[in-house]
Amino acid sequence: MSKYPVIKKVGNTKEYKTGAWKTIKPVVIPEKCIGCGKCWVFCPENCIYETTKNGKKIFEANLDYCKGCGICAEVCPVKAIIMKEDEE
Amino acid sequence: MGLPKEEFYVSGARNCAGCGFPTIIRIVTKAAGKNTIIVNATGCMEVVSTPYPQTAWKLPWVHAAFENAAAVASGVEAALKKLKKDANVIVFGGDGGTYDIGFQALSGMMERGHNVLYICYDNEAYENTGIQRSSSTPKFSWTTTTPIGKKIRGKRRWKKPITEIMAAHGSPFVATASPHLHMDLFNKVKKALSIKGPKFMKVLSPCVIGWKIPSNKTIEVEELAVESGVFPIYEIVNGKLTINYKPKKLRPVKEYLMMQGRFKHLNEKEIRSIQERVNKYWKYLLNLEKLDNAFFV
Repeated sequence: MSKYPVIKKVGNTKEYKTGAWKTIKPVVIPEKCIGCGKCWVFCPENCIYETTKNGKKIFEANLDYCKGCGICAEVCPVKAIIMKEDEE
Repeated sequence: MGLPKEEFYVSGARNCAGCGFPTIIRIVTKAAGKNTIIVNATGCMEVVSTPYPQTAWKLPWVHAAFENAAAVASGVEAALKKLKKDANVIVFGGDGGTYDIGFQALSGMMERGHNVLYICYDNEAYENTGIQRSSSTPKFSWTTTTPIGKKIRGKRRWKKPITEIMAAHGSPFVATASPHLHMDLFNKVKKALSIKGPKFMKVLSPCVIGWKIPSNKTIEVEELAVESGVFPIYEIVNGKLTINYKPKKLRPVKEYLMMQGRFKHLNEKEIRSIQERVNKYWKYLLNLEKLDNAFFV
């Protein structure tokens, strides 16, 4: 053990699921998404990831970490993300 | 969107929903890459990114006090030199840790010429301790220590011109940036790290709680700050100033001010006085841009 507080595991805040904070959640409409990734750039939680749906590149949010801020829906140039009540 | 995919800052940090600076961290670290050491002054960023024994960072990271982030970074850089190792040294400090409490250490780092990039994420108040005014808080802004009454109408002083002060130190690279222009921020970090010496950047970082904005408006408020000329985007390289983003026509500051609760008490006269100040400052920057050496290096 070090005499000083040292964290040796990096990036381990992921153990804590901040998704429990949210009251609303983003829902992506795959048909509308153009896969530009603007939501990925501006998500403060770094919880947007690239995926494919019916052979098309789209972006989705990992709800385990999403705090429901709504920035992704706001910056989306084609309004492919809508914020919905989180029922969990 | 032009950014590398590799991430150096992960999910699970405890920042408020809609916080401005996680996006800054992601863009800056993507530009800097793996071979980077971060020194973080006390402040919101330090508190929310490293709830001990956890950390959202995937880079070597040192927590310094409010006062001495620049001094710690100077030591890190000196140690690297002695060990004949090479790495980017980047400091993150809020406006409290930069404009006020850490100012003398920052000035010292500049004067001694350490090869460090100091980045101030500017949210214009001590947001972490309960929204007290700093010397970066804009005039007329509400904070808990600049309340609104008949006599006192929020903060009574203008914002301190930190970038000019840094340029006056003879720094080879001083710049402002806003995360909504993410490639400008990315490229400026790349450029700063390619230059040897003490560099300084001021990056706009809206605070949902302190600015009293809805959590989904962070990027829009950044955009309006720039489009209205409240937060001009420029760089000063070896004393030569260049405005990197010039809106065709500046939007009225009223639009920017009225979307934030911290300014909602403003009357027309106060808005006019801010508008005049912004116009004057914009003209001043345009004049400086005409010079070969706006600052003496």
